[in-house]
Amino acid sequence: MIRDQKLWTWHILAGAVILVLLGLHMLTMHMEGVVKLEGLNPASAANEAQGGGKLQPIDWANVKARSAKVFYLVTYILLLGAALFHGLYGATNVVHEANPPRWLHKTVSALAVVVGLGLFAFGTWAAIAAFLLAKAL
Amino acid sequence: MSDTKHHPNRLGLWGWLGGGRWGMERYLYALHRVTGLGLLAYFLLHIVVTSSRAFGADRWKTAMDAVTGPLFKFGEYLVFVAFAFHAANGIRLALLELGFAVGEPIEPVYPYRTSVHVQRPLAIGALALAAVLVAIGTASMWLVD
Ligand code: HEM
Repeated sequence: MIRDQKLWTWHILAGAVILVLLGLHMLTMHMEGVVKLEGLNPASAANEAQGGGKLQPIDWANVKARSAKVFYLVTYILLLGAALFHGLYGATNVVHEANPPRWLHKTVSALAVVVGLGLFAFGTWAAIAAFLLAKAL
Repeated sequence: MSDTKHHPNRLGLWGWLGGGRWGMERYLYALHRVTGLGLLAYFLLHIVVTSSRAFGADRWKTAMDAVTGPLFKFGEYLVFVAFAFHAANGIRLALLELGFAVGEPIEPVYPYRTSVHVQRPLAIGALALAAVLVAIGTASMWLVD
């Protein structure tokens, strides 16, 4: 398989991973009013059971409860990598399709690699640091 | 082997934004591209903003307070709609590209028949799935809270 074919296959495979994990993320953040799955917002149910008001998915109690779980640590890093690769590869393809001069072609590819690796390292650090912090609290 | 020639991109942006005389799939292609690039732009910022959770409750709250208000809520809703379309249409594209739902190959005999008609039900199915997701998201984000 030539290099581009391989990368394209990974692009499609990453799309499948994103579909599942981003689907879960969207269920948690934007569909929770209609589709109620308790495990996705762990602090909400407990808060309501204690007579507290409705918590939002992004309230710290929910964020902390998710951050402390190994499941979220692993899937967030997986989603981070898959979405960065899928999105940046897709964006470079859009530029390449416009037939730019060779220097621009190369610059855009290099920029995608630098931005992708940089944000992957940063996001992975944040997920691990949040996991350790939530565990300690 | 001859070198590949550099062809000028004469149609420019219109080449992929406009559907021309091609069917609805051509617009789905443009929308897939626009939503893909939009999701990417949002996602790159989202990584930076949400990493504030690593510094504890106060920093998290400060970051979230900076992105609240009606404008941000509407922007978030657009991101959700883009996700719904891109995900549903992405399933369609992946299926087609792997050779599903394109029909049997036929002899290229005049009058030529295009496989687009065979693919059409999948496109309609993808749009229906996107519509269901948007309906759930709309209810959840604007009506239920
Ligand atoms: C929800 C799950 C997703 C699925 C199933 C999916 C699927 C796909 C598919 C099948 C393609 C076209 C590949 C091709 O025809 O060669 C594509 C393109 C693309 N996707 Fe996604 N995707 C998803 C999420 C995302 C996300 C979250 C981003 C942004 C971070 C993104 C950004 C892009 C970009 C920029 C393109 C290139 C568009 C183009 O070439 O016109 N996608 N996606």
